[in-house]
Amino acid sequence: MSAQAYDELWRELTPQVLAAVVRRYGHFELAEEAVQEALLAASTQWPRDGLPNDPRAWLISVAARRTTDLLRSEGARRQREESVAVLAGSPPDVSGGDDTLTLLLLCCHPALSQASQVALTLRAVGGLSTREIGQAFLTPEATMAQRISRAKKKIRDAGTTFELPGREEMDERLDAVKRVIYLVFNEGYAVSSGEALQRGDLTREAIRLARLLHRARPMDGEAAGLLALLLLTDARRPARETEDGRLVPLDEQDRTRWDRAAVAEGVGLVTDALRRFPLGPYQVQAAIAAVHDESPTARETDWPQILALYDVLRVVQPGPVVELNRAVAVAMTDGPKAGLAALDAVEDDRVIEHHRFVAVRAHLLEMAGDPAGARTAYERAADLTTSIPEQRFLLDRAARSSGSGPSQG
Amino acid sequence: MRFLMLIHDNPRRWEHPTFAQHGSPPEDIARWQQELDDLLAELNDSGEYVSGLPLADPARSRTVRVVDEEITVVDGPLAEAKEQLAGYMVLDCASWERAEEIAGRFPSSRFGPIELRPVMFASGAEM
Repeated sequence: MSAQAYDELWRELTPQVLAAVVRRYGHFELAEEAVQEALLAASTQWPRDGLPNDPRAWLISVAARRTTDLLRSEGARRQREESVAVLAGSPPDVSGGDDTLTLLLLCCHPALSQASQVALTLRAVGGLSTREIGQAFLTPEATMAQRISRAKKKIRDAGTTFELPGREEMDERLDAVKRVIYLVFNEGYAVSSGEALQRGDLTREAIRLARLLHRARPMDGEAAGLLALLLLTDARRPARETEDGRLVPLDEQDRTRWDRAAVAEGVGLVTDALRRFPLGPYQVQAAIAAVHDESPTARETDWPQILALYDVLRVVQPGPVVELNRAVAVAMTDGPKAGLAALDAVEDDRVIEHHRFVAVRAHLLEMAGDPAGARTAYERAADLTTSIPEQRFLLDRAARSSGSGPSQG
Repeated sequence: MRFLMLIHDNPRRWEHPTFAQHGSPPEDIARWQQELDDLLAELNDSGEYVSGLPLADPARSRTVRVVDEEITVVDGPLAEAKEQLAGYMVLDCASWERAEEIAGRFPSSRFGPIELRPVMFASGAEM
């Protein structure tokens, strides 16, 4: 087996093994430690002795044995009755079904902050190391380790049982799971040459988690919508950045480089979801992405349909970002003046001075034939952004708008 | 949004980690320490704390310049100001308002100014 094949196997088995051990012993922290040790043992033994007949059962029994060891030492230290009681019980069921969804729901427990939910999900369900998670979020490993261990402690303190929540709470928890997956994806989707590898892993991981959620909840239209949205967005990745790390806007991307298989899968998912399930924001966003992805050229984009979808989205999920994107669709449908008017109608103070808002205004001014206004706005947006590639992109646009270099002052 | 929070204070009096003043009443120091512990616990849970370090007295610093391709080193801080950089923290906050609130709750903001600077990134989304 190749290193990559092992890696995929770990990723698949880790949450299943952890879920089985947590279900049996209830101690999230100890179980997690024990599973890490079982994986470590497997990573040295399997390549040497060959794959066991049932790798999952092998890992569960090693992790279970290790958990009882840990419980015993903790029990001795703290004189815990429950530990002693647990030790008397039977080992975990290794033949049972996949508890990964339950584990995912546990990691998105409402007692945790969103940042902690994200970190714990990647650690427990994704099987990423603390170091990898830290690198992906540009956070020191020590900080991330502390966040994860506090999250595990909080789950323990909340006295969470390893059971599926009731129907009403279930919906809320599933929403939290989707938000976490979406956040993981977004974090990975930000282009970056220097850190490209680590962050690309995050988008892959988010898609894997979304796929897992969709498989576990096939009747959840928003789970399908989320998976479709991620696939349709990630399909453009190969064309989003030049080799020297410059951003390529959607209308200038080489569409032959888009991942056609991902587009086809995403379109199939969202089409089916829209037909069968109640409408939700992930499905609408996926539908918008699908219109872009299915258009053979930027020029042929069906902007009236995109505008109609944004009109739906602003109802199901109102917010300044939706208004901003809608203004672009208005401009492409009814002309730049109408787009600028739609932009002016947004009165949210938080976004008016946001670089993206200013950048869109610059783009619409450029379309409207106002190069001086466009240049000023591009330069302003370049001052406001905290992203180096975006700043480079905006300064290039400013220079293009004026036909010379950036203005002085 | 990421911010570099620069904690300034008068080196004559700072005492890490709360930058309590020399000779401050012990009960005040204990209270500031508690405020700092609470703040750090909150920032850890929320994921807003990224990293941070306290700095030694600027009298221990050296300033390096290259003049005519020659490295010159001068003992002491860059600027002879009353307030000097005493430590920093990197924060990951949802907004300026939140970063300002955190800066205001850092115990030493009573004694010296705290400067917030947005951090640039090597990553970005397509526009």
